[in-house]
Order: sequence, then structure tokens, then C-alpha cells
Amino acid sequence: MDPVLLVASIMVSATPILLAALGEMVVEKAGVLNLGVEGMMITGAVMGFAVAVGSGSPLLGFAGAALAGAVLSLSFGLLTQYLLSNQVATGLGLTLVGLGLSALIGSSFEGLRAPSLPKLDLPLLGDLPVLGPMLFRHDIMVYVSLALVGAVWAFLKFTRAGLILRAVGENHDSAHALGYRVVHVRLAAIAFGGACAGLGGAYVSLVRVPQWTEGMTAGAGWIALAIVVFASWRAFGVLLGAYLFGGVSVLQLNLQAAGTTVPVELLSMSPYLITIIVLVIISARGVHGAPGSLGRPFHAAA
Amino acid sequence: MIRLERRLEPSRLWTVLTPLLAVALTMLAGGLMFALLGKPPLEAIRTIFWDPLFHPQFASYSRPQLLVKAGPLILIAIGLSVGFRAGIWNIGAEGQYIMGAVCGAAVGLAFYPSDSALLFPLMVVAGGLGGWAWAMIPALLKTRFGTNEILVSLMLVYVAQNILASASSSWLRSPEGMGFPGSRNFKQWPAVHNAELLPETGMHWGVVAALIAVIAAYVLLARHIQGFNIRLTGEAPRAARFAGVSPARIIVLCLGISGTLAGLAGLFEVTGPAGQVTIDFNSGYGFTAIIVAFLGRLHPVGILLAGLLMALTYIGGELAQLMLGLPGASIQLFQGMLLFFLLATDVFTNYRIRLSRREVA
Repeated sequence: MDPVLLVASIMVSATPILLAALGEMVVEKAGVLNLGVEGMMITGAVMGFAVAVGSGSPLLGFAGAALAGAVLSLSFGLLTQYLLSNQVATGLGLTLVGLGLSALIGSSFEGLRAPSLPKLDLPLLGDLPVLGPMLFRHDIMVYVSLALVGAVWAFLKFTRAGLILRAVGENHDSAHALGYRVVHVRLAAIAFGGACAGLGGAYVSLVRVPQWTEGMTAGAGWIALAIVVFASWRAFGVLLGAYLFGGVSVLQLNLQAAGTTVPVELLSMSPYLITIIVLVIISARGVHGAPGSLGRPFHAAA
Repeated sequence: MIRLERRLEPSRLWTVLTPLLAVALTMLAGGLMFALLGKPPLEAIRTIFWDPLFHPQFASYSRPQLLVKAGPLILIAIGLSVGFRAGIWNIGAEGQYIMGAVCGAAVGLAFYPSDSALLFPLMVVAGGLGGWAWAMIPALLKTRFGTNEILVSLMLVYVAQNILASASSSWLRSPEGMGFPGSRNFKQWPAVHNAELLPETGMHWGVVAALIAVIAAYVLLARHIQGFNIRLTGEAPRAARFAGVSPARIIVLCLGISGTLAGLAGLFEVTGPAGQVTIDFNSGYGFTAIIVAFLGRLHPVGILLAGLLMALTYIGGELAQLMLGLPGASIQLFQGMLLFFLLATDVFTNYRIRLSRREVA
């Protein structure tokens, strides 16, 4: 198969997971484990699709998806931060709610087509012989996701707000003692994660497929969670993980289309198997880098 | 200013009250949702919670369905609750359920058309083993490498779904099925059909197994040393280690129990109500059972009641779909909301609400 087309399709297939995983990484950096990524992604997918079909503008669709993801994630924030519920259970609940909600909203949108997001043909760069069609003729969300990787990296590494966020995630009691508003920082991070997951979901329904079908994210949100672990909570690690995963899914789809003798089911389960194998390798290596307060509830004893 | 004060011990009263409060809140929010969908809210709520049991026309059909649906939910949820008590998050019960069904059915079909009385027990064993083996993957990866069991068990659901797809479309496909996907129908094979034990009740072997599991789990958690170790590991992992409880053994034990029970539920479902291995026989019980486990407060008796309630929402949801044209997905959302409200109201169990004026520092 044409390597130019291959790289281009890997970038498209990696973008939803990249967006969702990046958001979840920031959430986890703040010490919160939100297992509801799948639910927020699928809600973003349906809301993005609905808004885009309704308004005729895919960009408005993405905005709507980000908003929907953020609003949904704040329900998780309310429960875990103010009502001190168990984060694992609440995240699972969020996924179940998101799946139900999206199926309910989406039932009237099945079979419709979304307005397509135009490909940017970057001047000069897009005309480069091989690299042009490979890297520089994508839609805007691909570049937004890549820019976001750099932005998150710089935010966490160089800004004061990023430092506070990391402090809250590493040790919430110390951060609280220093006078930082642990709950507020975490709510902001959760909303950012929700918005990112929403964008990722909308990319699936508006660009990658582009249609709405029930349960269409098919575990992408869970894979995003696995990629955060794979990346050891580093922005560029998330980029690498998402593109590796995108590569695997594109390859297996191409093998299916080429009609190899390998059973189709084995090919479609391969991304999940490879995720498991990667998780095992990462955990066996023993380098974790997980934030110190990850998943622990914060209750300021007065 | 509202302040939360941690209780020294979880409130017994609120442990019982929160599920009821959550159900009430879900009815309110659900009614609102139905009103937004343009359906009469009170009628919808009545159709879901009352009509399946007492409607003059439909109740005779839907009452037996209660046990048919509650059986697998309770069986899976009991297993999950044992793990959740120890802080082990097996959320891939759906996969273990599928693998139990596929393994059990495969063993049975290998002996087609035998009518030996031993075949069904053999299939039950194979089903349990299938679920157990599928749960051992995350268990061993966790004990050996420290891999996160949440992600692994969930990834394995997608793997199991693909195995199910391949089973129903190729290696377990019925040779007499005219090329359609799906295995032989167990309902037409009396020796292995998991039929109704008492007519008009919906009681089949899976329901019996669920009731046994409830009692066994109660004895395990309340009376047995391993049950104590499980609870200790969940509530105070450090203390458990000092007391000589091996975390690895608890992980293998808990995932083993939940995998086996989920596998059994799958086998009973596929030989009974579902009747054959098809690509979509699994209807998401493995995920709904998570809600059942929490709604039942991770307590065997609570899970029994929660399983019946959740089965009621399934049947009532179908009835509401039929009679009011309510979208099928709304019942899924309804169940999700129930878990959400339960987790939200749980704050009363562990905390006291105090109203106080802001103190001057």
C-alpha cells in the first residue's frame, strides 16, 4: 500500500485517541482518575454530530462536542470532588450514563451524513512532493490536536498554573496547606479533560467515519486511558502512544480490506491485544511516574 | 457554610436509606426525562415499575421474566461485589460472561447429539472454567507484573466479543442453519436445555445458582476467614499485609470467583433464555451487574434485591417501549442515572452534614 496514504490515514485514525488521552493526562496530573472517558467521548460524538448537522458547520459541531464533554465531566467532578464519591465507581457510572444518553440523543440521527470538515491545503508545505500529501493536507483538528500536545507540555512544564496543578496531583494535602484550592484546580482539570474527550469523540463521528452509529467509539476511551499509562504521564509519550495505536488500527483495517487469510476477528481484536501487551511491558518495567495522589479522595479536615 | 464531617463508622441507617433515596431521585429525574421526550411521566414510571408485575394483561407474561433477567445479573454482581470489597476492580465481567457461554457451548456441541445426563453438568463446569480462565488473565498480569486490572479486564471484553463473533459465524455455527450465523439451538436439544424448572416462574438453573451464590457469598463474607481477609484488604491494605494476608492470593481468589460466576451466568443464559450462541446474545449483563453490585451495597442480600429491581427496569423498559414508544436507550440512561444518584447520596453514609458559620481564621 502507498506509504503516503498510510501515514496520512494513521494521523486521522490517531487524532481522536490523542485528544482524549491528552485531556485525561491533565486530569490525572491533577490527581483525579476519571474512568468515564468513553462516556464523554461518545457523548461528544453524538452532540458534535447533532450540532454539525443542525447548523451545517462542522466547527460549531466540535465546539458543541467540547461543551457537552465538559458539562458531562463536571457531573463527575461534582460527585467526586464535593460529594466525595469513589472515583472508580463514578467514572464507570459516567461511562454508562454517556452510552445511554448518546444512544437516546442519537437515535434520530442515524443514517444522516455530517457536513464534511474541509482539508486545509497549506500553501507551500502542501505542495512538497511526498511530505505534502502525507503531513500537510489534513483537516484543522489534526493540527489542533498536535498543537495541544505542545501546549499541554509547555503548560505543565513552564507555567505557574501548571506547577500548581502538578502539586495538587502529587500531594493534595501539602497543596492545600500551601493555600491552593485543590477542589477548584481539579474541577478545572476535569472540565478540560471532558472537553478534550468530547472533541475526540466528535472527530470520530464527523471526520473518521463520518456518521453516527450507536456505540461507535468502540472502546477508544478505554484505550486513551491505557495510553496515559503507556506515556508515563508525559505529553509527548501520549503523542507516541496514540500514533502507535493509530498505526495498528490502520494496519489491521488494511489487512482486512486486502483479504488476507488471517481471520477478520483476529485482526479486529489485535488493537486491544496489543494494548494489553504494551500495558504489561510498561508495568513490568516498573517505571511508573503516576501522580502521588492519583485516585485518592480529598477531604480537607477542618 | 455547609461542611462535611467524616463519620467514625459508616451510618447503618443511611446504608439502607441511600439506595431507596437513589431510586426515588432516579424516578424524579427519569420522569423529567420522559416529560422532555414528550411522554406522560407518571404513566411511564408506572409502566416500568408497576405494570410488569401487576398489569392484568401483560403480568402473566412478564412476571416470569423477572427471574430470567435477575438470575444472571445477581450471579455476576455477587462475584463482582466480592472483588470490589477487596478493592479489585474487575469491570470485564461481560467478557468472562461471553467466554463462559462460548466454552460451555463448545464442550456441549462437541458431543452433539448425545443425550447423556452428564453432559449438562459437564457444560456447566466448562462454562465456569471458561469465565475463570478469562478472569485469570488480568489476575496473573496484576500479580506478576502489577498491570492495572481495570484496563486489562475491559480490553478483554472486546477480545471476547470478537471470539464470540468468530464462534457464531464459523466454528460453532450450526451446520443446519442454512449458512446463517448462530450455533445449534439448545432449546431443541432436551438433554442440555436449561429449561424452566417450575412452570410459569422463569426459574431455571441459573436462578438456582444465583440463590446459592447469594448464600455462599454471605457465609464467605460474614463467617469465613477468607471473607475477612478480603474485607480487610479492601478497607486497610497495609493492615492486611501486616496480618500476613497475601495480596496476590486475594487478587487471584477474587477475580477467580467473579470470573467463574460470570462464566456460569453466560452458560445458563446461552443454554436457556438465549437458546443459542449468537453474535449478540450477551445484552450487556456484565456491565449492568456493576450497577447491581453497587446498588446492593456490595452486600449479598442487597444484591439480591437490587438484581430484582434492575430486572424490573429491563422488563418495564421493554413494556414502555411497546406501549408508549419510549426509546430503548432511555432505559439504559435510566439505569446509569440510578448508579449516579446512588454514588451521590452515598455521601450521607460516610459523612455528617454540618451547617456552620465560616470561622474567622
